[in-house]
Amino acid sequence: MTLTPAKLDELKETARHLRIDVLKMLTLAGSGHTGGSLSAVDIITALYFHKMRHDPQNPRWDERDRFILSKGHGGPALYAALSKAGYFDRRHLWQLRQAGGILQGHPFSRSTPGLECTSGSLGQGLSIANGIALACKLTKKSCQIYVLLGDGEIQEGQVWEAAMSAAHHKLDNICAIVDNNGLQIDGSVDGIKSLNPIAPRWRAFGWETREIDGHDLKQIIQALDPADKVKGKPQMIVAHTIKGKGVSFMEGKVGYHGVAPTREELKRALPELGASIEAESLL
Amino acid sequence: MEMKATRDAFGEALRELGREKRKVVVLSGDLEDSTRAEYFKKEFPERFFNLGIAEQDILGTAVGLSLDGLIPFACSFAVFLTNRAYGILRISICYNKRNVKVIGSHAGLTVGEDGATAQCLEDFAITRVLPNIIVLSPVDAVETKKAAKAIAELCGPVYMRLGRGPYPVITKESDPFIIGKANLMREGDDVALIATGLMVSEALKAAKILSDEGISSRVINIHTIKPIDEETIIDAAKETGAIVTAEEHQIHGGLGSAVAEVLVKNEPVPMEMVAVQDTFGESGAPEELLRKYHLKAVDIVNAAKDVIKRKRG
Ligand SMILES: Cc1ncc(C[n+]2csc(CCOP(=O)(O)OP(=O)(O)O)c2C)c(N)n1
Repeated sequence: MTLTPAKLDELKETARHLRIDVLKMLTLAGSGHTGGSLSAVDIITALYFHKMRHDPQNPRWDERDRFILSKGHGGPALYAALSKAGYFDRRHLWQLRQAGGILQGHPFSRSTPGLECTSGSLGQGLSIANGIALACKLTKKSCQIYVLLGDGEIQEGQVWEAAMSAAHHKLDNICAIVDNNGLQIDGSVDGIKSLNPIAPRWRAFGWETREIDGHDLKQIIQALDPADKVKGKPQMIVAHTIKGKGVSFMEGKVGYHGVAPTREELKRALPELGASIEAESLL
Repeated sequence: MEMKATRDAFGEALRELGREKRKVVVLSGDLEDSTRAEYFKKEFPERFFNLGIAEQDILGTAVGLSLDGLIPFACSFAVFLTNRAYGILRISICYNKRNVKVIGSHAGLTVGEDGATAQCLEDFAITRVLPNIIVLSPVDAVETKKAAKAIAELCGPVYMRLGRGPYPVITKESDPFIIGKANLMREGDDVALIATGLMVSEALKAAKILSDEGISSRVINIHTIKPIDEETIIDAAKETGAIVTAEEHQIHGGLGSAVAEVLVKNEPVPMEMVAVQDTFGESGAPEELLRKYHLKAVDIVNAAKDVIKRKRG
């Protein structure tokens, strides 16, 4: 799919709207993961609104591309995208984390239309993606499987077990993306247990790698395109991102990992995203 | 009534243990704040290891530290330590009888809004099935401190469950705490309410409601799920003839099952189990979830009335 300037502008608008929704959902929920949701918005936008073949009217369509949010705590960004794409009504967004709602604190695939898999215990998504990729190969489906991991998450040993499996089985239908925002809960990834340099490690494990600015939609889309073309190897995109991206006082702040904005903070944040509390009638 | 989270009390006890025992070391996995392991870290940074999000690595490293004579406490969420690293718990810790203390916080439905992935409801079942391990579930902050001290004294694998939210403080500094010995919280002889953790306070509330209706109930606090206090359970069955268990855990494999195993073998009497009914939890406020999943005093009252109807002779 070609990326016209008009399409690029449209994607930027979509990302802006998703960020607004993420902030509103989290504020209403009163708890949840703000920083890591915001850092993933542009990647998720590029996937759901440009790159992936999927059909919200037919969520289980056999030939669809798949997206696995391995860093499950980033669920709000995905929920906002799924709703905007048409998988479920927007009103569900405002019931995030509430009993009886369809949007769990961490993604639960059986409760939310369009979700491929349950996540929340970090480190498991790549193995699941590998299984789907193997199945697609066996049944000769041409689907792409995208997986989004946190940079802290790849401290989880199982990720590297899965990295070896994907390379061994030549899973070139896998495209993993690391949301490399440099932070986890207790501090910086480099301070706790550094994974740098990330890309050479994945190369050493047999992966094709690329490094991009994870907030530049053009770069994201360009990087995703060759994912279809590299043969015989899984692909890893190291996307350099900023935790809390889009809200100046949250950007790069470790304290906004697992904390929802207060109403006061929301009031300050919305204008930065071109919205206002008055326009957001729900609040 | 004073309220305090058992994880807070544990953090304080761990810091005291750090002062008392130079061999105590602490491992955590990017959850040092939530588990309160950071209280220890602040005073003893050189004996503290944050191994990142890698529960398998954490328990494996703890095993290595214990091999060298140290007393490692591995602290994370109950769900991650018992579920994610189960293979290491089974073989390297239990089979190997290593002196590793596995401390699982944020257990049960009362984790609340984080939802089912974080709500550990099967830890009793999957830990107590392992040979060589001691499984603890303290009732409140005061008892948690005693438990933390007691497990540091003994050599061998321990799993201890802690909660996220504040629990009512219902025991005193002077109450005895002996691993494997249940505590009697209230006398009574029409029915025995056998509970653990947060559910002990609900059982006490239930006992009050029952007594207003002329039913006398005994309340027993099981802080040690394994080895379970058979004698106290058998005596309760003999003297009351009807048992209700209550736990913030799945109905299968937990306290209810452990009590049933004792009764079936020794003193079969009618029994009811108050627990999560073989289903996963969901996001919601802790209180709301306890109500929705029938873990409140009123549920214990109903179970008690049902079981009394089934009493023999
Ligand atoms: C197995 C497991 N261990 C611990 C946690 C608790 N936890 C939730 S988010 C998080 C930090 C994740 O950091 P990163 O992967 O870098 O995500 P991001 O910064 O993008 O939010 C941790 C430790 C978890 N969800 N799963």
